[in-house]
Amino acid sequence: MSWLPIVKKRLFSLVLVVIGVSLITFVISHLIPGDPARLIAGERATPAIVAHIRHQLGLDLPLYEQYWHYLVRLAHGDLGMSIRTHRPVLQDIRAFFPATLELALVALFLATLIGIPLGVLSAVYRNKTVDQVVRTISVTGISTPAFWLGLGLIVVFYGRLGWFPGGGRLDQGLAPPADITGFYLVDSLLTGNIPVFFNALKHIVLPAFTLGFVHLGIVARQIRSAMLEQLGEDYVRTARAFGLSRMTVVVHHALPNALIPSITVLGLALGDLLYGAVLTETVFGWPGMGAYVVESIQALDFPAVMGFAVVVSFVYVLLNLVIDLLYRWIDPRITGVS
Amino acid sequence: MADATMPGQARATPDAVLDVRDLCLEFPVYKGSVKALNGVSLRVGPGEIVGVVGESGSGKSVTAMAALRLLPPGGFTVTGGTLTLLGRDVLAATEKDMRAVRGRDAAMIFQEPLTALNPTKRIGAQLADVILCHQNLTKTQVRDKAVALLRDMYISDPEQILRRYPFELSGGMRQRVMIALAFSCDPRLLIADEPTTALDVTVQRQVLLLLQEKARERGTAVLFITHDMAVVSQFCDRVYVMYAGSVVEQGNTREVMARPRHPYTRGLLQGLPENAPPATVLPSIRGQVPDMAALPRGCAFRDRCDHADDACAVRPALRSLDGDAARKAACWHVLVEEPAP
Amino acid sequence: MAGVSVLVQGSWRDTLSRFAYQLKKSPMTMLGLGIIVVVLAAVAGAGWLAPYDPNQIGLVHRLAPPSAQHWFGTDEVGRDIFSRVLFGGRQSVGVGLFVAFASSIVGSAAGCFSGVMGGRVDSIVMRAMDVVLSVPSLVLTMALAAALGPSLFNAMLAITIVRIPFYVRLARGQTLGIREMAYVKAARTFGATRRHIVSWHIARNALSPIIVQTTLDIGNAILMAAALGFIGLGAQQPTAEWGAMVATGRNYLLDQWWYTVFPGFAILITAMGFNLLGDGVRDMLDPRLKVK
Repeated sequence: MSWLPIVKKRLFSLVLVVIGVSLITFVISHLIPGDPARLIAGERATPAIVAHIRHQLGLDLPLYEQYWHYLVRLAHGDLGMSIRTHRPVLQDIRAFFPATLELALVALFLATLIGIPLGVLSAVYRNKTVDQVVRTISVTGISTPAFWLGLGLIVVFYGRLGWFPGGGRLDQGLAPPADITGFYLVDSLLTGNIPVFFNALKHIVLPAFTLGFVHLGIVARQIRSAMLEQLGEDYVRTARAFGLSRMTVVVHHALPNALIPSITVLGLALGDLLYGAVLTETVFGWPGMGAYVVESIQALDFPAVMGFAVVVSFVYVLLNLVIDLLYRWIDPRITGVS
Repeated sequence: MADATMPGQARATPDAVLDVRDLCLEFPVYKGSVKALNGVSLRVGPGEIVGVVGESGSGKSVTAMAALRLLPPGGFTVTGGTLTLLGRDVLAATEKDMRAVRGRDAAMIFQEPLTALNPTKRIGAQLADVILCHQNLTKTQVRDKAVALLRDMYISDPEQILRRYPFELSGGMRQRVMIALAFSCDPRLLIADEPTTALDVTVQRQVLLLLQEKARERGTAVLFITHDMAVVSQFCDRVYVMYAGSVVEQGNTREVMARPRHPYTRGLLQGLPENAPPATVLPSIRGQVPDMAALPRGCAFRDRCDHADDACAVRPALRSLDGDAARKAACWHVLVEEPAP
Repeated sequence: MAGVSVLVQGSWRDTLSRFAYQLKKSPMTMLGLGIIVVVLAAVAGAGWLAPYDPNQIGLVHRLAPPSAQHWFGTDEVGRDIFSRVLFGGRQSVGVGLFVAFASSIVGSAAGCFSGVMGGRVDSIVMRAMDVVLSVPSLVLTMALAAALGPSLFNAMLAITIVRIPFYVRLARGQTLGIREMAYVKAARTFGATRRHIVSWHIARNALSPIIVQTTLDIGNAILMAAALGFIGLGAQQPTAEWGAMVATGRNYLLDQWWYTVFPGFAILITAMGFNLLGDGVRDMLDPRLKVK
């Protein structure tokens, strides 16, 4: 049972992290000047109403007590109420999460589909033209501000060429498919709703590409680095010494071994994509968690921001756990005796 | 398999399995280049076990890698000489030609068997890869052949081993697997680059005996690279002693061991525990190996030699001793024959 | 932790000439260096290079497309975008450099301290850093910047603070590695002068990942600052700031594309220059990637 200790360790981490994150965001949200009670009550409220609301929200209690109450509620899964939308934060997040996840997954898919072969080519033809080209693409990818790229793509592919829509998940007026997974692409296929499928697909292309472009660079670099390390290993030399062709050595020997440590990076990329979607969603009007949190920040809606931070950190630690387990399962050296 | 015709076979010295002549090889580094091989000549005949001895940096491994064209392309330049492997010109061959030769006509095994095998692939899969690369057999045939090979290497329960991963085997076992791999396609030449250096002393002898036995059995020639004179004296028919990129002495092993004619060889032999009187400090050659990027003009061994003089400012050529073409040394002051210490 | 690095032998002059040699071998690093030089010169010399005052309003030619008079066109109140990009660079590049160096220095010092102290202090510090690092940095930075109030200084502060834990962890790891190194233990048996030399080499070896990371961070900091500017945190109007310009340009996106494209392109090029340089520095200092 080699995985039990790590599961325990991660779960412990999870609790610590959630507490820590909540503490940090709690502290941050109390840095702001201004009175949340007044914000909620509105401009025309009388002092009595404001005081009433303040009392209701427990804002008149000392800070540490407020924090304690927050933690208790957190333990019950209550993330508080959004000042902006007047709904429970958890409900908001649950509503918007699938959209972000769908976008992140498609972006990750694109990034790995293109990034892995590029990384391999780059490593195999190290320092030749191919390598320089791929490295240029990689560096451009990680240097590009996603929000600007998104806007640029909208200008070209929507404004000038009209090939893709300029925002949103579906055309106005089209009803979303039945909510089974929350992923429009999956749900529309599951319900046999082909027109909606293609419409959703058209809408996801530009934002996924924008998001994915940055990570394309990261993936390609990671694979390149891992491949270079593998190609320098002795077993590659042995394989070559026994006459195996370049292609065989690269694809059947080096690449699988390079992918093992890369899983960590790729998995983390998913985490990055989840919250990196923040600005891309804003630009494309994509109704996901990212757009939600940006609007919350701009409105100083800190319960929402705190809720988002806690949820994402939670997901991040869980993701790390899954990656660790996956890694252990895949690498026979760690799995143990066959 | 033993007499498979290869294009370009009708050349000079058709009986030499490996024929290196005056090979000069260098690779560029920061501020100049390193002369890794400075006019190296050696020859391996069919069925012979030939040893190449030298310290690290002497060029012995480079020679071995060059024989199979395994040096990283673009990382080195051949500035002179020829290299003929089984009748074909290695330096002019295409990569495709070389791939056909590697593993089939000539095989190489390396020092560290753990890293030499793919850590995430089972032994059986790795054996199959090599066998299938050069022979067209069915899956069952491949498996049977792999089992037979392992059994031939005195590995008990070969079916089990096929399913194991490299890290699950001991060092000695891994090296046996490597040897099995090497013999899988019945090569005419086996190049062994320090195959036992990374093993326990007790296991070393077993592996060496195995290698010797199987090579003799199949008539495979062996080019044995090592820094260990003791090993050479026990297993090699002939030996070449290399220093700083050139051969400084060569000849029949027994001869060279008993009567070394080059000061360097003498120094190496004196440093062996079995040659020194008991309870004395082992003598070692004073000084250090020269910087390969800046070799001195004359004899490379000059600064460390007790017999050096002005004549050594000119690099000595490898000359026959006592009229014996196979017995050579590169020294102006070839040592007078002395009785064995 | 890496063992002996390329820099172990030789003096500073030797290191510099090695640096120049490797620089010549890598055209992309040279490109990065070139870009940085051009950008820094343009930004520092904005006062002389800018054809117009960046805040000068001219409603007559508002939203004008790129032309000979206005290379990058004009914005919604007629200000010359080229001049604004030049001056805006001061914000972005300044923030990038400041953040990278400040977070690196403060974080490394703290990490070193933690590593040397060991024991309980070390454990607590590391746990705290782990927690902070598990919050997605973009969100944390935005939240912090928002809480502190929108201004350039607060944005800089927020980005720096969020980045520090990374260096704390890195430096602490290096510190621990140093303690364990075989040749440190051996150094204790040497005489005083040799020990001094060995320590100097150890310090240099340990510093290289930190140096590499700092250089790479400059580009990231610039992007982060632009992101903050984009959502309205960071330098406030009328000060020109690249991210904010992209955001405002968004309102005129389809017809007046130049408003968004040029400032954003400036962000891209600048970040790319620093990233290329950072990559080059990493390739030079990381011996593991060398061909065997």
